[in-house]
Amino acid sequence: MAQPEELTFFALELKGISKAFGTIRANSNVDLELRHGEILALLGENGSGKTTLMNMVAGIYYPDDGQIFVDGEEVVIRSPKDAYKHKIGMIHQHFKLVDLFTAAENIVLGVNDGSRYDIREVNERVRELCVRYGFNIDPKEKIHEMSVSQKQTVEILKVLYRGAEILILDEPTAVLTPQETANLFSVLRNMKKDGKSIIIITHKLHEVLSISDRVAVLRKGEHIATVETSQTTEGMLTEMMVGKKITLNIDRTEPHDTVERLRVEGLCGVNADGLTALDDVSFTAYGGEILGIAGIAGSGQRELLEAIAGIYGPTAGTVTYRDPKDGAEVNLRKKTPLQIRELGVRLSFVPEDRLGMGLVGSMDITDNVMLRSYRSGRLMLLNRQDPKKLAEEIVKELEVATPSLRTPVRRLSGGNVQKVLVGREIASAPALLMAAYPVRGLDINSSYAIYNLLNQQKERGVAVIFVGEDLDVLLALCDRIMVLNSGRVTGIVDARTVTKEDVGYLMTKSHDGAAKEGFISEGGGEK
Amino acid sequence: MKILEFLLNAMAIGVTFLYGSTGEIITEKAGHLNLGIPGIMGVGAASGCAMLHVLVKANSLPPWLIVVLTVLATLAGGALMGLIYSFLAVTLRSNQNVTGLAMTIFGTGVTKYVFSLLQKDDAIYIRALPHFRFPFGNSTSSLQYCGILVFLGIAIAIAASVILMKTRIGLHLRAVGENPATADAAGINVTLYKYVATVIGSAVAAVGGLFYVMDYAGSPEAYLTIEAMGWLSVALVIFSLWRPYISIFGSFVFGALFILGSYLPSFGFTISMAASNLIKTLPYVVTVIVLIITSIRNRRENQPPASLGVSYFREDR
Amino acid sequence: MKQRKHNEQAHEPLVHITKNAAMPFWKSSLIRVAAVVLAFLFCSLLAAVLINAKPVEFLQEFLKGNFGTNPMSANLRIWNLVKDTAILLCIALAVTPAFRMRFWNIGAEGQVLVSALASAAVVFYFGKYFDNVSSGWLLLLMLIASIAAGMIWAIIPAIFKALWNTNETLFTLMMNYVATFFVAYCLVKWTPDGSSVLGELKAGYLPRVGHDYLLLVLIILITTVFMFVYLYYSKHGYEISVVGESQRTACYIGINVKKVIVRTMALSGALCGLTGFLLVSALDHSVTTTSVGGRGFTAIIVSWLAKFNPFLMIISAFLLVFLSKGASQLATTFRVSFAFPDIVTGIVIFFVIGCEFFIRYKVHFRFARKRAGAREAAGAAAGTQGAPGELPAEAEGKAAVIPDKGGKLK
Repeated sequence: MAQPEELTFFALELKGISKAFGTIRANSNVDLELRHGEILALLGENGSGKTTLMNMVAGIYYPDDGQIFVDGEEVVIRSPKDAYKHKIGMIHQHFKLVDLFTAAENIVLGVNDGSRYDIREVNERVRELCVRYGFNIDPKEKIHEMSVSQKQTVEILKVLYRGAEILILDEPTAVLTPQETANLFSVLRNMKKDGKSIIIITHKLHEVLSISDRVAVLRKGEHIATVETSQTTEGMLTEMMVGKKITLNIDRTEPHDTVERLRVEGLCGVNADGLTALDDVSFTAYGGEILGIAGIAGSGQRELLEAIAGIYGPTAGTVTYRDPKDGAEVNLRKKTPLQIRELGVRLSFVPEDRLGMGLVGSMDITDNVMLRSYRSGRLMLLNRQDPKKLAEEIVKELEVATPSLRTPVRRLSGGNVQKVLVGREIASAPALLMAAYPVRGLDINSSYAIYNLLNQQKERGVAVIFVGEDLDVLLALCDRIMVLNSGRVTGIVDARTVTKEDVGYLMTKSHDGAAKEGFISEGGGEK
Repeated sequence: MKILEFLLNAMAIGVTFLYGSTGEIITEKAGHLNLGIPGIMGVGAASGCAMLHVLVKANSLPPWLIVVLTVLATLAGGALMGLIYSFLAVTLRSNQNVTGLAMTIFGTGVTKYVFSLLQKDDAIYIRALPHFRFPFGNSTSSLQYCGILVFLGIAIAIAASVILMKTRIGLHLRAVGENPATADAAGINVTLYKYVATVIGSAVAAVGGLFYVMDYAGSPEAYLTIEAMGWLSVALVIFSLWRPYISIFGSFVFGALFILGSYLPSFGFTISMAASNLIKTLPYVVTVIVLIITSIRNRRENQPPASLGVSYFREDR
Repeated sequence: MKQRKHNEQAHEPLVHITKNAAMPFWKSSLIRVAAVVLAFLFCSLLAAVLINAKPVEFLQEFLKGNFGTNPMSANLRIWNLVKDTAILLCIALAVTPAFRMRFWNIGAEGQVLVSALASAAVVFYFGKYFDNVSSGWLLLLMLIASIAAGMIWAIIPAIFKALWNTNETLFTLMMNYVATFFVAYCLVKWTPDGSSVLGELKAGYLPRVGHDYLLLVLIILITTVFMFVYLYYSKHGYEISVVGESQRTACYIGINVKKVIVRTMALSGALCGLTGFLLVSALDHSVTTTSVGGRGFTAIIVSWLAKFNPFLMIISAFLLVFLSKGASQLATTFRVSFAFPDIVTGIVIFFVIGCEFFIRYKVHFRFARKRAGAREAAGAAAGTQGAPGELPAEAEGKAAVIPDKGGKLK
């Protein structure tokens, strides 16, 4: 009680925060404290409610219940403006920048300090900030001409420009190369020295250990515990994150009668921004095995699968499919998805963006099941009888929880949406099945249901390509793992013998072979 | 001299479009496609003329006060329409196309209704006109077209350009139209900006209606053709690439194309009545060409505000 | 125990709006009906103030205007009501496929106008070669010309949309005025006296079956059923829905989006062509620059109010025509401006589009919420272990519970 006030109170304190979206509880009763001048990692799996919680602090959502204290004073944050008033700034995972504006215009956006608005003065102040923290940004450059990491830098500058004392970063490393990550972390340490209090949202353990002072763990929307980083280990954190330690019990059989099904050679491509997405990717997938694809997010996984499916046009290379019946080979490059199907290629694809690409959210289950097969029959009219039967089967066999077949799929929960999608893709008896992050956001039971389905397909001689983010799953499910790193293949390894460290190294090493800036070693050896 | 008269006349009719398009640009910069502009210009004309009827009858007011009060009534009429639109499209998040079209139906209805109540008395306009055409109102040359409202229109367009590009308010407004979620996250009151921009935009557009009926045409019958003026103003927004200062030039071009048909004979060209109708399509055809060229060139700077036509709801994820 | 300063001013926002989950059909219908009734009450109040019409008179005049007998011709007005509803419905049907694809075609006005012009042109130039005023061949020729004209007018913006993503709303809007002046041009050409009044054409009359308008109404009813089947039960209709919902999904399953855009707009244009043909052959037997008279715009509202469902459009088209006719009668009786119907229509539309908000969103008021109880529970439950059930994926919310986008038009 006798201590000075600043020390008595936390920089930020959350009490009993709850938030629900419809019937789904994103946060229940969360308590959280952030000390002055510390870096707090907010750790949790995908879907554990980290971002939702922080969005409430940043004024994007309003909590259903609970209180927020800044420096010991209860505050109400109705809008981002309120958040800034209390010197809270959030750097969102999806950048909130106006593409058409310059860096400086974005940085000064919403600032109203009463002074006359003069963009030249702003440019000058931004340059000063850049020098102080070591950023490399031209204030006059337009956002749509910038790289991802530059955009992130602008986001950080934006928050600093407003004099934020509490910074929240939402998965800042997801889009960065290891080098850029190392840069970011050194900037964060600089800011901490400057007295800023920082919350960094992540689900990557090594980053937690390398950057944070304390770790708060969320699981399924609830606060599990907050611990000192120095007194914890990866094992303890994992346990808190996932609950009881999960020994993955995936029933993996030895591949047998494998035959070549898909051969990709020298595939190159660029993304929407004109940057390299795929760089000379070559590999072969065999029927009767599961080929895993590992890599940090945005390493070219999406472009690779979409190139094979005919949705994305690569700039060079070949994609050769070998028919399981007669061994005839077809080149799939420069073919549209429709042409590929008409060639008799039995290719199924479970895309990452389920409701944005794989399914139509406003349509019911039957109509979604029909997406692949609606062209069948010579009549102009749709045949809904067969798809309806199939939909019934999928709902029954995969235990999809739905009020009825007429329910729009966007009203189903994530796991059930995924079951409908996977069920449909498997129903067309594929010879090649590609699945991108098929268990993202799913609970344990649903995840296992999906693993089993993939294994069944493998048993039937299907070539399965599985893009995953959880290394434990990749190691336990797949037969071989191909690692992508910035659009390049850095290794194809045997999943039964490889270690997690090895895969992690392949995912993050730079192309000249050296590990990044001691980043991995600093994170402590992976288990 | 015919050429000079043509140019001055083109500028004068162009000012109708200039008010309309400047108003619509301000609204569209906030991300709202207001297709109610024709109705709003009509209501502007109606409320201004109604005020004029009252004032001229009062008969003892100084001329400048008549002008000011008439313009104020017009602004109020337009602002009220803008308020209705904002409540529906911003607060209730109605579909913007549908709301705008309903505004046009409603607005033209109100316009016709009000004008049907007013006396069809050209004398009132003839008496008031010199006040509005200050300082050249009493001259007999073609200069007389260029009254105070012409200068006001150009001044508003210049001011709008400066505010949009050089001030904090303009920066915030453009951000709201480009990316409301970002503007919101930056602490900008998106709803307030949308409201204010729409209301001010509607008020400005309304003056175009008053100018057309009372000043340019100088006849209460002109309200019947005001809807076409409104749509041309919307076209001018596209032609000007959402920049009010280009709109000044564009309004002149539109005005010239609009009256070209009736001036061609006096320039020594003989054209049929029929062909003059084809010439009237020119402003629209030119607009379509501009629209196509900008979409092919696909320069980010020349596109409509990115969130145009989309309602904003913060908790949309 | 730390000390905190409680902020007494710390209240929740006064109003807090959230997305509504699915609302049962009966409930949303109830809200819509309530909106119409409310709008009616408002209008009758307005009429009472403006033109001194008592509410009873208001209602009487409305019914008289729609169901009474025309004193001039002893025709039942209900036929006019049916005819006008049918034409409005037909244009609404035309714009609907494009709208379901989220292609905002607001050019129906121009598309119908050029096709009416095409029909009239056929009669004007070739009518004299046919003896029979209802010659089947002439009618067929008119129909083909109409449909071709409507399609051309609709396909032009569609092609630019497909190739360069040119803004279709503004493009189709401009095309309306090009159409208007093109008609004005032709009219001057066709009338040597320069009056621009074409007068009644002497041929190309749709045969009379039972009643003057019966065949027209039947054709449009058949079109309605056809469009319902096309949109909900045909492969094309399915593709339109997929493209409208998500172009990425369309790419994923191999739908050629460009082709669907052009094909759908061609259909829209063709239906506008049919309307133009019917206007000339069954009703006006002439063409003027105001032949469509803003119905191309009203039809957009009809389609949107019916949530793009052809059968519901019968109701929304009926509502708008009913309003307009009733208000006209009121205006005639009380000797006020012929513009009165526009005002009434505008107000009713305001109410109906406004009420959609209460279907899609829920409004929470501060006083309706309880905080105290939950606050107590906060301390106790802090450390509880994992609860079952899934959570929405963070940030993007891709995996689960994407909030309802409400009506497709937004």
